[in-house]
Amino acid sequence: MSDIAIETRQLRKQFGANLAVADLSLRIGRGEVFGFLGPNGAGKTTSIKMLLGLVEPTSGAATLLGAPLGNRAARGRIGFLPEHFRFHDALTGRELLRMHGRLQGLRGTALERRIDRLLERVSLDEAQDRPLREFSKGMTQRAGLAQALIAEPDLVFLDEPTSGLDPLGRVLVRELIEECRARGATVFLNSHLLGEVEATCDRVVFVKQGRAVHEMSLAAAADAASALDVEMTIDRCDPEILEGLAAFGHEVRSEGRHVRLRAHSAQSVPDIARWLVGKGVGIHALGSRRKSLEEWFIEVMGDDQRPG
Amino acid sequence: MTSVLAEAGRSVQGILTIAHLTWIDVRRKRIVLAAILCGLAFLAVFAVAAWFATGVGERGGPRSLLQMQMMRQTFALVGLYAVNFFVAMLAMMLPVDTLSGEITSGVIQTIASKPVRRADIVLGKWLMHTFMIAGYLVLMTGGILLIMWIFTGFEQRNLSSALVLMWLEACVLLTVSIAGGVRFSTVTNGIVSFGLYAVAFIGGLIEQVGVVIGNATSRYIGTAISLVTPSDALWRLAANELMPAYMSQLQVGPFSSASVPSAAMVWWSTGLMLAILALAIRGFQKRPL
Repeated sequence: MSDIAIETRQLRKQFGANLAVADLSLRIGRGEVFGFLGPNGAGKTTSIKMLLGLVEPTSGAATLLGAPLGNRAARGRIGFLPEHFRFHDALTGRELLRMHGRLQGLRGTALERRIDRLLERVSLDEAQDRPLREFSKGMTQRAGLAQALIAEPDLVFLDEPTSGLDPLGRVLVRELIEECRARGATVFLNSHLLGEVEATCDRVVFVKQGRAVHEMSLAAAADAASALDVEMTIDRCDPEILEGLAAFGHEVRSEGRHVRLRAHSAQSVPDIARWLVGKGVGIHALGSRRKSLEEWFIEVMGDDQRPG
Repeated sequence: MTSVLAEAGRSVQGILTIAHLTWIDVRRKRIVLAAILCGLAFLAVFAVAAWFATGVGERGGPRSLLQMQMMRQTFALVGLYAVNFFVAMLAMMLPVDTLSGEITSGVIQTIASKPVRRADIVLGKWLMHTFMIAGYLVLMTGGILLIMWIFTGFEQRNLSSALVLMWLEACVLLTVSIAGGVRFSTVTNGIVSFGLYAVAFIGGLIEQVGVVIGNATSRYIGTAISLVTPSDALWRLAANELMPAYMSQLQVGPFSSASVPSAAMVWWSTGLMLAILALAIRGFQKRPL
């Protein structure tokens, strides 16, 4: 069995003159929680739809769980929560899961037991016999999450899974993603809530105007020196001190007694403190801050993006 | 061989699950209840009309057995024509948003991403709608003929073959409606489906008038329209089955037929319906969801 859950090679989708996705090439490993980030209209949902066989690619190729796109057996091992989850609202919560379970090939007591567990897990066990039309937005979203997980999929696509959820619901999504990771399933997460992505994903790709423009491992980014901003307030800020601080990092900027630089490494912070004390400089404040995913996002997307 | 059978088995399961889902959805939306209540109201009105008609028949003085039989048959035909019209409307309206509505709302995304072929989604919906329409047709026709039997002792001839023809007509209409849902919005689909039905009605009228006045061009135009949209031709075939031969020759109008389409129209209509179904499947397979 291949270690690759998703592999795309120059996947492209054009709607008339509009290029929705341009040459998307990805490799996502099994058990990985992968974030797919980009502004509105960047082609994220179209990419997911192509991978799920809902939209036919204009060109390119892809495999899911080692099988070509559209493979029926592979689709039986995939779960999907669309961005705006809708279902026949006359069905009850239990019926919804039963229908989706059957479509996934599940039957009988195994399916009913799985439904019981999932309803309890997403806190819908008491509302299971109510029609979906009576569900709140959060309840509908949780029902959607349950249907995505009904067959214990090896690969789960979650398109804005926390949409409409309160903080407790968001914690639930985070826990469900962790549970997927723990059992070796791959999670493909598309979310605008970068804090959620930062908290759950191993790796992210930034998509801009239909193209994957930047890819990064969040663990590596956390360790990377380039992500560490050091700020200090000192009582002497002359050219000699600024020149000396430049040895610990780059992009040294000062404003009055306030100095900011991007450190070479995490070890730079205590080294800076020691060096300043050695120079007889009084330190009023010294701290470091990692670059957030939101800052990465804004940096990667550039100034030409407008709010979607 | 085993894998082919397994694949076929999965397809059947998929079709049945979609059919079941369609049934639950229609039932819970109270569409079935509304159709049954409207049908009962129609039958009640028909029963009242039958009761009055019986009285009129008796007050008109002595009539021959043939006259009485013609009156009863005509009255039954009026009822069955109304049933046919009602079932045709239901066949067009019931599935009008089964695909277009689910595509627009996004409901279809979670279904089509499951290991079920898109063809099976269309077939499951089609199958359940054909069953529902068949059930409704039998209930309504049974109601009309029961009322006729109670009030007049009338017994309908060739009922089963006429029912099959009326069902085929409804199936053609619902297939058009399902196929339209692949490309059109719900409202557009409803307009197109009803428009084709109306065209068929006018086409049938043109054909009959052509026969009566002996105008071949009019007859050919009517026949050509029937080949494109055969619903009226199928009703005329059904009416011909229902009526004794002597009556067929005497009347022109929507309740009967002066021009009886060829029996080949049944095969043509069946082929046309299957071709439209195949187009619906192909269109749905290609459609971005």
